Amino acid sequence: MYSQGLTDAKGSEEPQELLDAFQKKIDAEIKIEPRDWMPEAYRKTLIRQMSQHAHSEIVGQLPEGNWITRAPTLKRKMILLAKVQDEAGHGLYIYSATETLGVSREQLTTELLTGQAKYSSIFNYPTTSWADIGAIGWLVDGAAIMNQVPLCRASYGPYARSMVRICKEESFHQRQGYEIMTVLARGSEAQKIMAQKALNRFWWPSLMMFGPSDKDSKHSEQSMKWKIKRFSNDDLRQKFIDATVPQAEHLGLTIPDPELKWNDDKQGYDHGEINWDEFMNVIKGHGPCNHQRMQARIKAHEEGAWVRDAVEVYQANQQKIKEEAA
Amino acid sequence: MSSKLYEVFIRSKAGLNHRHVGSLHASDEKMALMNARDVYTRRQEGVSIWVVEAKYITASNPAQEHQWFDPAEDKVYRHPTFYPLNKEVENM
Amino acid sequence: MEAEYLYHYFLRLADTSLTMSQRLAEWCGHGPYLEEDVALTNISLDIMGHANLFYQLAVEISETDVSVDDLAFLRDVDGFRNPLLTELPRGDFAYTMVKQYFVDSYSLLLYRALSESCYQPLADVAKKALTEVQYHHERSHEWLKRLCMSTEEAQQKMQKALDELWFYTSELFESDEGMIYLQKQGIAADMESIREQWHSMVESHLIQCQLILPESGWVATGGLQGEHSEHLGYMLAEMQFLQRAYPGCDW
Repeated sequence: MYSQGLTDAKGSEEPQELLDAFQKKIDAEIKIEPRDWMPEAYRKTLIRQMSQHAHSEIVGQLPEGNWITRAPTLKRKMILLAKVQDEAGHGLYIYSATETLGVSREQLTTELLTGQAKYSSIFNYPTTSWADIGAIGWLVDGAAIMNQVPLCRASYGPYARSMVRICKEESFHQRQGYEIMTVLARGSEAQKIMAQKALNRFWWPSLMMFGPSDKDSKHSEQSMKWKIKRFSNDDLRQKFIDATVPQAEHLGLTIPDPELKWNDDKQGYDHGEINWDEFMNVIKGHGPCNHQRMQARIKAHEEGAWVRDAVEVYQANQQKIKEEAA
Repeated sequence: MSSKLYEVFIRSKAGLNHRHVGSLHASDEKMALMNARDVYTRRQEGVSIWVVEAKYITASNPAQEHQWFDPAEDKVYRHPTFYPLNKEVENM
Repeated sequence: MEAEYLYHYFLRLADTSLTMSQRLAEWCGHGPYLEEDVALTNISLDIMGHANLFYQLAVEISETDVSVDDLAFLRDVDGFRNPLLTELPRGDFAYTMVKQYFVDSYSLLLYRALSESCYQPLADVAKKALTEVQYHHERSHEWLKRLCMSTEEAQQKMQKALDELWFYTSELFESDEGMIYLQKQGIAADMESIREQWHSMVESHLIQCQLILPESGWVATGGLQGEHSEHLGYMLAEMQFLQRAYPGCDW
């Protein structure tokens, strides 16, 4: 669903003329394709950003998948199932694109399961009520879209193409979430409370999805130059807040930020300070569900090992039979 | 899983070419085909699928891009717009 | 009387699909690898769609103003008419795939027969479901081959799954008084004929896959009368939780 922009890029010792030609191509908006020459730091930064993005899709299946068996109507069950399935598909598209940079799926999976790789902090929060499913669609997917739409123009061809496909598919994700919230906000007293509590829980973590504030974001500048990032974290965050506040008002729900108010000069909302200690804590693995999410992924991977072995052995056996017959 | 990488091509409707849409991992061709159906045609994106193991694709060298493809640049006479038409003969 | 028979028949079809898809949906996010995760979910979505259509047929014939969701979320265990097979826990991948193969084979034959039903709305739903089930069947058939003719570990797991699930299959072909009546009217399928076709198709494939058919033992029954295993209660407790905890709400 989304990457958090915690990437870094080291300096490189590549020939200046190649570097210049590369930058010229980027500046001219010519896409970089897998077998083109690229600076090692560009490749590394991309691998990190893309794999983090893919991992987020995969882990992102869990908090929502949690409610598939409990969705309140058949329609909601089908929508949620289709949505969570999309996340898996999106993870797959981005893994595929990442593989064109010379890392294997196996390697990427290992990095996720051993905790070396990062994924979006948002998925380390629990979904404790049905309204959380609405809030995730509305806020988390909403934030993801803000991030992903500019990535459709990322300089690396396979990444940009996968983002085009993903954005197209995700267009229903935010709407279905907002629809859930709308029904709840207009429902019984208990449902309204459920909706408000979900907004309270997911508002701040959603804002954190855009990554650290620009003044603390080390790697943004180079990524912008390489056009694998098109807007700064704070700009996207501001855009998200400005779009979301009227949507919350329409629902009759209150955004849990007493300092939130319209600023006429900047034609946008001012907001309260984000708790960056909490953010760093969750990123470091100490969020409410980090452990649980990883355990679930590891369990699925381990329990699937015999299946993955079986299909390989079957194929080898079939190959042998074919060769013997020939 | 040491499974193989397959490239996936989809014909979105009769009359159009198969187009590269992405890749996936599978143990054999049949599974690759079925998984391609499930992964890449969830929204009626296709009426036909090709899968080919990535290692069987032979590609031109991007470093030779100019040597290979620039010579076509100045052969303007290959395009119909090179030939001005008399006004009376509007359609040709 | 015919309306009541039809209503119960539609519930039989719908409940079977619903319980089947609910169990499959439990795999979402937990599949053995990513491609298969997406594939399993597709099957679950298809079958959930079938449940929805069969419930709609029941709603249309019902004299009370009951909804699809009332049927799925507000009946208790004794109202459900699915065979015990489909309510069994998800189990491991071998268990899921053997069950899937059994039910896909059953649905394939059943929907093919129902496509000829003289009750047009049922024939229409069956035709739609049939196109999807043909693919499901092809898939589970392929999976069975791969899991049975590969590693020893896989072979053992498959044999174990077969041993556990085999005695749940004969219930798939049971009929009650209403179904027999509907069959005579050309509405419902002839379950005896389906039983025969199913056995000849499935048994030859199982043997081809080098599995050994269990000899005899306890045989599951009761679903048609609303008598179930203990598993269904837990499934419903989970599935129906919101509708039960917040009665009368829109979602």
